[in-house]
Amino acid sequence: MFRRFLIRRVLLGVVVLWLVTLGTFFMFFVAPGDPARTLAGRQATPEQVDLIRRDLGLDRPILVQYGDYMGRLLHGDLGKSYFNGESVGKLVAADLPPTMSLVLGGAVLWFLVGVSAGVLSATRARSLLDRAMTFLALAGVSMPTFVIGLLLLYLLFFQLTKAGLPIFPPDSYVDLSENPAEWARHLILPWITLATVQAATYLRLTRGSMLDVLGEDYIRTARAKGVPERRVIVRHGLRSALTPVVSQLGVDVGTLIGGVVVTESVFGLGGVGQAVVQAFVSSDLPVIMGVVLITAAAVVVANLLVDVAYAFLDARVRLA
Amino acid sequence: MSLLEVKDLTVGFPTADGLVQAVRGLSFSVEPGRTLAIVGESGSGKTVSTQAILGLLPEADISGSALFEGADLLRLDEERLRQIRGSEISVIFQDPLTSLHPLYKVGWQITELIHVHDAGVSRAQARRRAVELLGLVGIPRPDRRVDDYPHQFSGGMRQRAMIAMALALNPKLVVADEPTTALDATVQAQILDLITRLQREFDIALLLITHDLGVVAGVADEVMVMYAGLPVERADRRTIYYRPHHPYTKGLLESIPGSTGVRKGRLRPIPGQPPSMIAVPPGCAFHPRCRYAMPVCAAELPPLARVTGDGDHASACWLPHEAVGLGEEAEAVRLRASGGPA
Repeated sequence: MFRRFLIRRVLLGVVVLWLVTLGTFFMFFVAPGDPARTLAGRQATPEQVDLIRRDLGLDRPILVQYGDYMGRLLHGDLGKSYFNGESVGKLVAADLPPTMSLVLGGAVLWFLVGVSAGVLSATRARSLLDRAMTFLALAGVSMPTFVIGLLLLYLLFFQLTKAGLPIFPPDSYVDLSENPAEWARHLILPWITLATVQAATYLRLTRGSMLDVLGEDYIRTARAKGVPERRVIVRHGLRSALTPVVSQLGVDVGTLIGGVVVTESVFGLGGVGQAVVQAFVSSDLPVIMGVVLITAAAVVVANLLVDVAYAFLDARVRLA
Repeated sequence: MSLLEVKDLTVGFPTADGLVQAVRGLSFSVEPGRTLAIVGESGSGKTVSTQAILGLLPEADISGSALFEGADLLRLDEERLRQIRGSEISVIFQDPLTSLHPLYKVGWQITELIHVHDAGVSRAQARRRAVELLGLVGIPRPDRRVDDYPHQFSGGMRQRAMIAMALALNPKLVVADEPTTALDATVQAQILDLITRLQREFDIALLLITHDLGVVAGVADEVMVMYAGLPVERADRRTIYYRPHHPYTKGLLESIPGSTGVRKGRLRPIPGQPPSMIAVPPGCAFHPRCRYAMPVCAAELPPLARVTGDGDHASACWLPHEAVGLGEEAEAVRLRASGGPA
C-alpha cells in the first residue's frame, strides 16, 4: 500500500515539475525584455541584435524552442547561459552546496531550538517563561533577515575581530568536503540568522500543537499508568505534537532553497537565491529555467520526505 | 481497615468566572475486593473526585484526605504517587478510542506500563505478559493482536485492551470511570461481565463511576449517589433500588426505562438542569428541581444521616425517614411532609 502511495507521489512530483517548466518558459516570453538586445548592448545595430537572436535560437517559434529545451532536459542537459556560455548544470552544481548547507544546517538549528522552546512554553503555559518566549519569538519573527544578519555581523564578527577575538570569519563559503570545521565556522552566523527568524514559527506551532495534545485523553491515560511526567511530555505528547511541525519543516526547507537570497547576500555565500536574482535581471533564460527547476525539485523532494516521515510517525498513514 | 478511605474531599477549580466547586465535601470508603458504585449526572463531581485522589488534576485546589492502605494519597510526594498509579491503583477510562495512544501499538502501551514500574523486566517477559493479558480479557489471537495499533481494534476490543492494561500489575483497586458509556449496548454487557469476572478472579476492589443506575444493578455491592459535588444517598445496592430515600435517587430510578419505578406509561424525567457549580443553590442543591421541596430545603443543607431502621442506609434529605421506597405509602408521606403536590 505504502509503495503505491510513494509511486503516486513521485509521479505527481514529476507532473508538478513539468508544469513548472511550462509556466516559467512561457512567462519568460510574455514578460517584457529582450535577451538578445540586452546581450548586444546599447551600441549594437539591429543587424547585430538579429544575429545574436538567431544565434541563441530565439527567432524560432516558442513551441519549437520549448520542445527543443525539453528534449535536451530529458537527456539531463540544462543548456548554456546566454551570457558566458557556461553550462547551467555546472552553475547550479556550484550554487547548490552553499544554499543547501545554509538551509539544512539552519533547519536543524531552528527545529531543535523552536521545538524545545515550544515544549517548554506549552508545559509552563501562561508562566513568565512562556510569556518571555512568546515575546522573543515575536521579536525574532518581526525583524527583517538583513537586520539580524547585519547585527550579528557587526557584533560577533566586526566587534569581536576588532577586539582581537576573530572567532567568526569574514564572509564566504568553504566547502564541506574541503574542511568540515571551517565549513561550520563560516556558516554559524548565517545559521543563527536564519534560525532566529524561523525558530519563532516553530515555537508557536509546537506550543499550540503540544497544548492540544496535552489535553488528549491518552495523555491522561499515560499519567494514570504511572508514566513519569518527562516521559509523558516527550514520548506521549511531543510524539503526537510533532506531526504538524514536521510538515511545516518540509514546506519551509523546500521554499527556502530558492528563497534565502537575503541571508546568502548578507554573508556573501553565493548560492541559488543570488543566482536566481542575477539570472532574472539579465534575462538569462537557461539559467532561470535551471535554477527554478532545481528549487521546485527541492520543494517536491522536501514534501515527499515529509510524507515518508509522516508514515514513520503515524501507522495510520502507513497502513491506511 | 478499608482499602481506600476518603474524608471530606473538596475539589475546586479557579476560573475567570469564579471558583468551580466540583466536589464540596465527599467521604466514602472502598473495602478490599468489594465494589462501590458512584452514580450521578455529568458534573456531579464523580470523575473529578477520583482523578483528584490520583493526582491527575494538578490545576485543582484539593483538600481533605484519601487514605490508601494508610497512606494519604493527597499528601504523598509526586514520585510515590506515580509508583502507586498504574500498579496498585489503576484506571479504566470512558472512551477507549481516545484513551489509547493512537501512534503506539497496543502491546507497547501495555509493556510500557510494566516497564515504568519495574525497569528490571526484560522486553521479552513484558511482551509475554502483554500477550497473556490480552488473552485473559478475551482478545482472540493475542500473540498477533499485540502488534496491532488501536485503530485496528474495534471499540469493545479497545476497552478490553484498556482493562488488560489496568490489570497488568495486579492492582488492589481499579477505578472504572464510565467503562461502558462509549460502547454499543451489546458490548456494554460483555465488558461489564468481564470486569466483574476478573474482579472476583483477582480479588480486586472496584470503584465504578457511572451515570447509569442500570449498569450498577448487576455489579455494585454498595452505591453512592452524588449530586452537585456532594453525596446525597448511600446504601447497599438492594436498598438503593427498592428503598431509595432521596428524591434525586428516586428520580434517577424513575427515568430508567422498564425499571421498578416505572410500572406503567411514560418515563418521568427529572425536571430542570444540574446547577452551575460556580453558584450552587443554597441549602440542598437539589431543591430547585425537587417535587417535594420544603422551605427548610432552600435554607439549610441536610446532613448525610442514617435513615432510621435501615441498616447502613444514609441520605441527605429533610424528608421524614419513613419516606423510603417507590410505593404509594412512601409517596403519601412525602407529599404530606412537603405540603401537597408541587
